[in-house]
Amino acid sequence: MFSHFRTMWLVFLHLFRKKVTIQYPEEKVQLHPRYKGRIVLTKDPDGGERCVGCYLCSAACPVDCIALQATQDENGRRYPEFFRINFSRCIFCGFCEDACPTYAIQLIPDFEMGEYKRQDLVFEKEDLLINSQGKYPGYNFYKVAGMDAGVKQKGHGANEELPVDVHSLLP
Amino acid sequence: MSTAQHIWTVIGVLFVLLNIAAGLIWVERRLLALWQDRLGPNRAGPLGLLIVLADTLKLFFKEDWIPPFASKAIFVVAPAIVAGTVLISFVIIPFAPNIVVADLNIGLLFFLAMSSIGVYSIVLGGWASNNKYSLLGALRGASQMIAYEVFMGLSLMGVVMLSGSFNLGAIVEAQRDLWFVVTQPVGFLVFFIAGVAETHRLPFDIPEAESELIAGFHAEYSGMKFGMFFIGEYLGITLISAMTVTLFFGGWLGPSFLPPLVWFILKTFFFIGVFILLRASLPRPRYDQLIEYGWKVLLPLVLANLMITGAVALYLKDS
Repeated sequence: MFSHFRTMWLVFLHLFRKKVTIQYPEEKVQLHPRYKGRIVLTKDPDGGERCVGCYLCSAACPVDCIALQATQDENGRRYPEFFRINFSRCIFCGFCEDACPTYAIQLIPDFEMGEYKRQDLVFEKEDLLINSQGKYPGYNFYKVAGMDAGVKQKGHGANEELPVDVHSLLP
Repeated sequence: MSTAQHIWTVIGVLFVLLNIAAGLIWVERRLLALWQDRLGPNRAGPLGLLIVLADTLKLFFKEDWIPPFASKAIFVVAPAIVAGTVLISFVIIPFAPNIVVADLNIGLLFFLAMSSIGVYSIVLGGWASNNKYSLLGALRGASQMIAYEVFMGLSLMGVVMLSGSFNLGAIVEAQRDLWFVVTQPVGFLVFFIAGVAETHRLPFDIPEAESELIAGFHAEYSGMKFGMFFIGEYLGITLISAMTVTLFFGGWLGPSFLPPLVWFILKTFFFIGVFILLRASLPRPRYDQLIEYGWKVLLPLVLANLMITGAVALYLKDS
């Protein structure tokens, strides 16, 4: 019986505690830098698209909300012809970000993307592409890749040796 | 009192009570939220008060649905019984020296009788729903009410002995020197616990028990029929609070810087707050624990209280 009164008194004292409620539209939630929100496509330091159209994000997506078509430019650089994310399906799990080999697709701390029409939640490439390097500044896939896609010549990349002339016998 | 005055009293009491019952939706949600470190509904209107209007409108516009397997007539009548009996119980409560609807000389017995009839709404509602969970809730409700009805009545007999009357006005007058909570603390505690069980509020909401019986006896109800159960519950809280104040805390008596009616309302709202605090703090006991607690602890306690009060009253009368 006494413990019941003690419980009631302690619960009553909660009246004077600080409330945890955040008055949302007026007060904003503190989002952390790695919060998994809206998905964006980032660019490399030279302003080119990082996405190489490998389809790994699309394959990793558990709800199949990513659709893309890869293509190549005249230099052999791969890029997505279209890149479409249906945010009405997306569950913001971040698997696409984990799967991406070129740090192109990233989740950013923004969740305020309500729309009045469902069709407006389907984001095309121009909606997704941002003019920023996102969480990995300075990274340029074609600078460290072995191939020549118009960014650098073969053998001139970081940690890359010049190609060996296989017809020469000199060491 | 003249007839016109009578009619105005009835209308006034009805108006105030129904508004209080609706307003308690907001009071309860806000208070519960504050005690759980939240803010609660604060958007619609000033301080969120219009949530009451929104809730009521929502209930009114819901489809008034009767399940095809239910027993229709009883299903419809059941929610009206609970609200009706509780409202009728209010006629005997003296809100202020001259504001009472019916000054019955057996007022207390009338109150006990009406709260007993209130059980029928639970039993009939659960039975007519033709649903296993509802029936279980109805069964629990019936046995809980019978158990707690017994010593609810007995716990009040001490008050009746001390004041020598069943009339609530006379009981209030008898407390002019000393509130009965001082002379009858056991009676007060037992009455309040029984009152919580009688209104089947948490922690004694065994007939509803959301987590076990998915709302129990009113699982099949929706729309304004559910709303009637809801109003009945809030009116019940108000009734038990008002009765506690009348019987043990001196009713409308109080220092004269406030009018009697204000004292009565203040005290009543204090006990409504206690009801909500009980809900916020105590967990629900198991069903057999509840019944065992009633018959094995509270009943002997209240009988002992009755005997001692009677002995003391006799001794004081002789000397």
